[in-house]
Amino acid sequence: MNDATQLRPKLRWTGTVSTGVSAALRFVTRYPATSIGAVLCLIVVAAALLAPWISPFDPNDQHIIDRLQSPNTTYLLGTDSFGRDVLSRILWGARISLLVAVTSIAAAIAVGGTIGMISGYIGGRVDLFVMQTMDVLLSFPSLILGLIVVALLGPELINLVFAIALTAIAPFARIARAPVLSLKERAFIEAGRALGFSHTRILFVHLLPNILSEVLVMGSLWMATAVRTEASLSFIGLGVKPPTATWGGMMREGFENILDAPWLSVWPGIAILLLVLGLNMIGDGLRDATDPRLRGEA
Amino acid sequence: MSHPTLEVVGLKKHFVVGKGFPRPVTTTVRAVDGIDFHVDQGEAFGLVGESGCGKSTAARAVLRLIEPDAGAIRFADTDVRAAKGSALNALRRHMQMVFQDPYSSLNPRRSIGRTLAEPLAVHGIARGKAGRAMAASLLAEVGLPDTALDRYPHEFSGGQRQRIGIARALALQPELLVADEPVSALDVSVQAQVLLLLKELQTRRGLAFVFVSHDLGVIRWFCSRVAVMYLGRIVEQGPVARVFARPRHPYTQMLRDASPIPDPAQRGVLPRVVGEIPSAAAPPPGCHFHPRCPRASDICRVSYPEWNDPDGQGFACHHPLDPG
Repeated sequence: MNDATQLRPKLRWTGTVSTGVSAALRFVTRYPATSIGAVLCLIVVAAALLAPWISPFDPNDQHIIDRLQSPNTTYLLGTDSFGRDVLSRILWGARISLLVAVTSIAAAIAVGGTIGMISGYIGGRVDLFVMQTMDVLLSFPSLILGLIVVALLGPELINLVFAIALTAIAPFARIARAPVLSLKERAFIEAGRALGFSHTRILFVHLLPNILSEVLVMGSLWMATAVRTEASLSFIGLGVKPPTATWGGMMREGFENILDAPWLSVWPGIAILLLVLGLNMIGDGLRDATDPRLRGEA
Repeated sequence: MSHPTLEVVGLKKHFVVGKGFPRPVTTTVRAVDGIDFHVDQGEAFGLVGESGCGKSTAARAVLRLIEPDAGAIRFADTDVRAAKGSALNALRRHMQMVFQDPYSSLNPRRSIGRTLAEPLAVHGIARGKAGRAMAASLLAEVGLPDTALDRYPHEFSGGQRQRIGIARALALQPELLVADEPVSALDVSVQAQVLLLLKELQTRRGLAFVFVSHDLGVIRWFCSRVAVMYLGRIVEQGPVARVFARPRHPYTQMLRDASPIPDPAQRGVLPRVVGEIPSAAAPPPGCHFHPRCPRASDICRVSYPEWNDPDGQGFACHHPLDPG
């Protein structure tokens, strides 16, 4: 009878003490795809952070005599038509890709997530109006929307971030709204109202922590999209202005000599591929980890 | 008899539902359709009825968790319906709610200590260490050790969570607890423990209760007065022992006879329960109960019976059962 007030004992790890290495190994064998994704992303992050120290040359130094060299021991990935070192430019280009992806998605999560949460919490006509506005935004293909914005505002880094964030606001509003719709009917929200909590407190102290994991998982998947959009815009000349090294921009510049020096477009293409792949693998892994219903599905 | 703590007069809550496109057909669901009751200081008042009769809606309307459409609610000497902003917040300190489902009534991402200390901080009663100490004493009051403070809801059983929910409701030192089926989600053995805890709190703190339940046994044990609800209206109201021993309304009799008695010697033929509770969107004309009532006559199909209260046991019926 008195077990009503007896707490369950706290679970304690009683196995052998696992070292960091064996824990890492266990993770790799259990989640091979996620591990590969993590490694790919770590490589790109390391390249971006360490670019000033590990690039063999300045990314904008023109070695005119050595222009259009195929990969060799001096220029590991070759040189472009201005004689710039492709490897150095790819390392520096990682910075732009990551910077744009991280800041634009963070902005989209902050703005879109807040819109979705509040809209779902208020409900009724406000919700209907807000979400239909989001649907309109969603009906533009993200590349087209980004193109319009950058074309209007000019090819600056900040405009690029703004354009990509704008395309991602609607999806994040939806992602944040859906769980709020069901959570707000739960008794703990009603209890909060009975206790006299403000709507702001209920929204940001009680609802937000409960939807954060879903939003962040979606964030990692959308980072991959942001990388692709940035590369696409740079490819059509609406990205960061030359001579700044960007992967999309390098692919376009390489196009002029695609027959003589195909590697100029291939290397940045591979870089984009690996980063997008890595982000998607991490995102899928996180999604499966947080949503058991999707476990084992594609 | 002491001054009533809570007085409810003519409380109504209608939900309007629009369905269909392009010309929606609106139906009005009369969840609560004009009910009167009062709760005295330190008294346990029961609201009983089948599911869908509006008892939970009535309980929530009293706390303004659902905005009532009409009627008057007075707590102590304050008009609950007119209260706004800080006046409403002040009222919330006096009236709190205990919920049915102990699994959804606690925020899964907040430790018990933070859940209990939060209302104290919001109402400026205690913060930081003082708040934590008060949270610990609240836990002690519901019979849980203070080691529970740093744990999360998933680490507790249903009964323990319900105790935590009760502790949270007590945090603001209310005088009235509205309990919406507080034990119906729990195992029977745990039900008894939680009921004992509530009874103990009632005596120790002098708490008044609005106790919503569909379980006559629980109501009979816990409450001193009871109102029987049918389709949004109170059909009979009075002292628990009298209402269930000598019901005047045929519906009360039906409810009583349908609830099991834990004594095989008294096992008899189960009375015929006719039909189900009709939809509150389309209540039958006249007395709402007439399609199921064995005593129904022509007048029952036409007019809703007046409220009759000859001796402290009120009822609304054209053909009441004999008081003897």
